[in-house]
Amino acid sequence: MNLMHYFRAFYGIVWRELLRFFQQRERFFAALVRPLIWLIIFAAGFRAALGISIIPPYETYITYDVYITPGLLAMIQLFQGMQSSLSMVYDREMGSMRVLLTTPLPRWFLLVSRLFAGVIVSLFQVYTFLLVAYFCGVELPPLGYLTALPALVLSGMMFGALGMLLSSTIKQLENFAGIMNFVIFPMFFASSALYPLWKMREGSLWLYYICLYNPFTWAVELIRFAFYLQVNWEALGIVVGCTLLFLALSVWAYDPSFGIQQRKVGTAPAPA
Amino acid sequence: MQKEAPKDHSSPMAVLSVYHVSYWYGSKQALDDVSFEVFPGRVTALLGPNGAGKTTLFSLITRLFDAPTGRIEICGRSASEWGARALGPLGVVFQQPTLDLDLTVKQNLRYFAALRGIKRKEADERMLRALKALDMEERIGERVRSLNGGHRRRVEIARALLHSPQLLLLDEPTIGLDDPTRRAIVRHVHELARADNIGVLWATHLFDEVEPNDDLLVINHGKIVARGKAKDVVAETGAKDLGGAFRLLIGGDTEEDVAA
Repeated sequence: MNLMHYFRAFYGIVWRELLRFFQQRERFFAALVRPLIWLIIFAAGFRAALGISIIPPYETYITYDVYITPGLLAMIQLFQGMQSSLSMVYDREMGSMRVLLTTPLPRWFLLVSRLFAGVIVSLFQVYTFLLVAYFCGVELPPLGYLTALPALVLSGMMFGALGMLLSSTIKQLENFAGIMNFVIFPMFFASSALYPLWKMREGSLWLYYICLYNPFTWAVELIRFAFYLQVNWEALGIVVGCTLLFLALSVWAYDPSFGIQQRKVGTAPAPA
Repeated sequence: MQKEAPKDHSSPMAVLSVYHVSYWYGSKQALDDVSFEVFPGRVTALLGPNGAGKTTLFSLITRLFDAPTGRIEICGRSASEWGARALGPLGVVFQQPTLDLDLTVKQNLRYFAALRGIKRKEADERMLRALKALDMEERIGERVRSLNGGHRRRVEIARALLHSPQLLLLDEPTIGLDDPTRRAIVRHVHELARADNIGVLWATHLFDEVEPNDDLLVINHGKIVARGKAKDVVAETGAKDLGGAFRLLIGGDTEEDVAA
């Protein structure tokens, strides 16, 4: 086993994810339509009703559709993270996960490779959405499209790791839809994706604190600042911390010695 | 009837050594002090009724679970010490189909080859060879979804052989297949074991998949109840055939569990 083996295995896992993604055109379409509805219909309606004051990282007044774009990008990645975990549960039920887990490579490496594969798929979706959004009038700083990339990779990893953790705890495919709804919508709505936190604080203090402790908020802020060539260090720390935490728990859960898969194991009955 | 279990040291020849492995699901014991060895060039049939512990044993050998007691060695490498690296010489066909239905045969095999670190060009050559041996080379560009059960099984066997394993595990690979396909797969695997010197562990509950010269392990309620060459096991029980011997060994009333 050498570095080339690791590289080929990584390449193979990413290649398979991309193949599956591009073969499922309806999935690609759905991934785009969902945020576009928010951008074109929701944002257009709220543009007149909501004024966004100048808050960092913005230096001028911005339109509401510009404000919610980072939140929609994070939403695309959150959906992709959940889709990826759904695919892991499906693979586990259909058996193809066994092929991956019986590979003579460390399990953490296989899971991280799978995570990266999901992030790469999410980046395709994000940049396609940004292209469509540009033609819909959402203009962001030109260099921001590049500087946002590391933030998008990090946030994609955090959502992917969260999805992976969920996939390790879900036993059956049928349970997944409920869990997805339970995770995605509260995370999205209770965040700074649609409204700035200060506005939330004016409305409800307890909701403000929920938003503050929601990792989604920090992924959105990390992306938002990155588009304006700035680093939100607080957001960076929280996103990296959450990614590591979710990933460590996932690796633990998938480890045959310690994790959740081992939970069925009992012990020999004590001698009489 | 049960002969001495292998001694507690690794045979230099064995490609798989299982020593004193037990396993519990909660308070239910699935495996009870299981020990055996599989040798290169030989087919070892693991014969047992449904629920005897065959799939649990395979899950432990492939490290889907870790064995809490005992020791498992693949080509002399202990799974608990070498971790995933111990799985290098291992090819597996699981009971449950594990191909990606939305990918073509070629894409499935390429994915597996990449996981095993095989170069793309070499992988393409190997997959053609493996598919040709199983009369499947013309289906290489087809989506797995369009293949019938027998052809899917053949692709899984081709995939398990892609990295030239020294040990091949087959967990009821012919389940749900028609008789001619089943016989063709049994014949091919036996030829393969002899020609390529591969050690094969074949879990089954079908007597006619076991050849008289195969090594046989009979498992019931998680315990190995008989071992030896299939023809010797039959002779020792005094039964007419393997079906009769099996019924005697596992306590008679097995018609519902075991098909001839």
